[in-house]
Amino acid sequence: MKIDEVPQDNLIHYQGAGKRALYAINERGEYTTVPSSGWEVEEVVLSQALADYDEQAEASRQRILRGDSSPIEYFMYKRRMDALVLAQAMGLFKWQVKRHFKAKAFRRLDEALLNQYARILRVDVRRLTHFEQTQGEL
Amino acid sequence: MQTNRPFEHRHYGHCETGVLSSLFKHEGLDLSEPMIFGLASGIMFAYIPFIGMNNMPTISYRSMPRTIISGIQKILHIPFVKKTYRDEKMAMEELRTFALSGRVVALQTSAYWLPYFPSEMRFQFNAHNLIIFGMQNGEFQVSDPVFDHVVTIAPEDLQNARFAKGLLAPKGFLYYPEVVPLAVDLPTAIRKSFKKTLFMMLSSPPPFGIRGIFYIARVIERMEQKRDQRYIRAFLGHMVRMQEEIGTGGGGFRFMYAAFLHEASMLLSEPVLLEASRRMTTVGDLWRQFALACAKAIRNKTEAPDLAMIAGLLRKCGTVEREVYQMLRTLS
Repeated sequence: MKIDEVPQDNLIHYQGAGKRALYAINERGEYTTVPSSGWEVEEVVLSQALADYDEQAEASRQRILRGDSSPIEYFMYKRRMDALVLAQAMGLFKWQVKRHFKAKAFRRLDEALLNQYARILRVDVRRLTHFEQTQGEL
Repeated sequence: MQTNRPFEHRHYGHCETGVLSSLFKHEGLDLSEPMIFGLASGIMFAYIPFIGMNNMPTISYRSMPRTIISGIQKILHIPFVKKTYRDEKMAMEELRTFALSGRVVALQTSAYWLPYFPSEMRFQFNAHNLIIFGMQNGEFQVSDPVFDHVVTIAPEDLQNARFAKGLLAPKGFLYYPEVVPLAVDLPTAIRKSFKKTLFMMLSSPPPFGIRGIFYIARVIERMEQKRDQRYIRAFLGHMVRMQEEIGTGGGGFRFMYAAFLHEASMLLSEPVLLEASRRMTTVGDLWRQFALACAKAIRNKTEAPDLAMIAGLLRKCGTVEREVYQMLRTLS
């Protein structure tokens, strides 16, 4: 990659974070770092991954409103995790977290565990306990 | 040893190599990021189907996190202070002492807990490295090598980031070089590093090294019958993200390694290394072609991805990359 081939596609996801350094060849044939504002390709694959999580979150939200799932599942997808990652972050087993996805088990959660979920999911605990009021906005 | 000069932030392609280059430079040893990456034999390819996240496998273009730190320590004989903590309070207290006394230290953190990251990039990734170089108004001053400017972070956030649980949990990991020599015997170290890189890339069984690249090409080709379109697109996207998005300096670290070979050719005055560097640049360009082809396949929702073509591009990456290592082999 030559310096003038370094992509400068001004990705939205980079804004506020500044540029990133890529390695490219200058006119003397030496390598140097060049700040890049992002490559379209990255935008495609990142958006794809985010859309995938959002889709799962939305499906979960519908289930919560029907009483079939718990806000823990919803916010897990919103925070780009899966059950295993959330379980590890919580220090629980995956089957325990999966059980907490069920509305019934969720209602029985004690306060300490609920607070810990809120911390790990980076939401106010009321967003978990009063999901209908905010509908899962972050 | 501890210098009194003010800390100077530098912008790098990758976190672990950037942190080390920055720490050394602060202590007066000038080693570029590619030099550190190359010396620590950071280049790799690995495809691990059974460890992963969100139904996606682990695909890596570099050696395991932390192996660059230990690799540099070993090959340059630079002793490091390395600490992990059980007591979170104590860990933060000690960090405060370091920061106030002007000791520049590096930390392993979880990107999920770093508020200065763009919110869409805050994934649960527990092996992000950064430097703490001081305190200001009760907040820690951060030099994050993949950012072009310095930032600050509140102690509570940093504590969360240092003690995130899960895969590669940092456990408060803190490190800095104990004694930094003013010069190191680079030619010897470079030759030594080739040995390890050659072993990892040429002699490892699939799914590691060059054989891993050919293996994943076959896996992708065979997906046509086994997986639905949605999974295939997600898989390709995931692979490209690991290659381009996760601070690799572009082309899945291949450009960084080409830069290392270029520097090495000057130091060792071996013309074959210059040729190897050029060839490695071609490899990086090929990996980017592969990424572009994947992105096109993902965006095109009407036609099924041409997996034979994509696998062909991957095999080309593998073939040319193998040539680079074979050139290095003629050296020793």
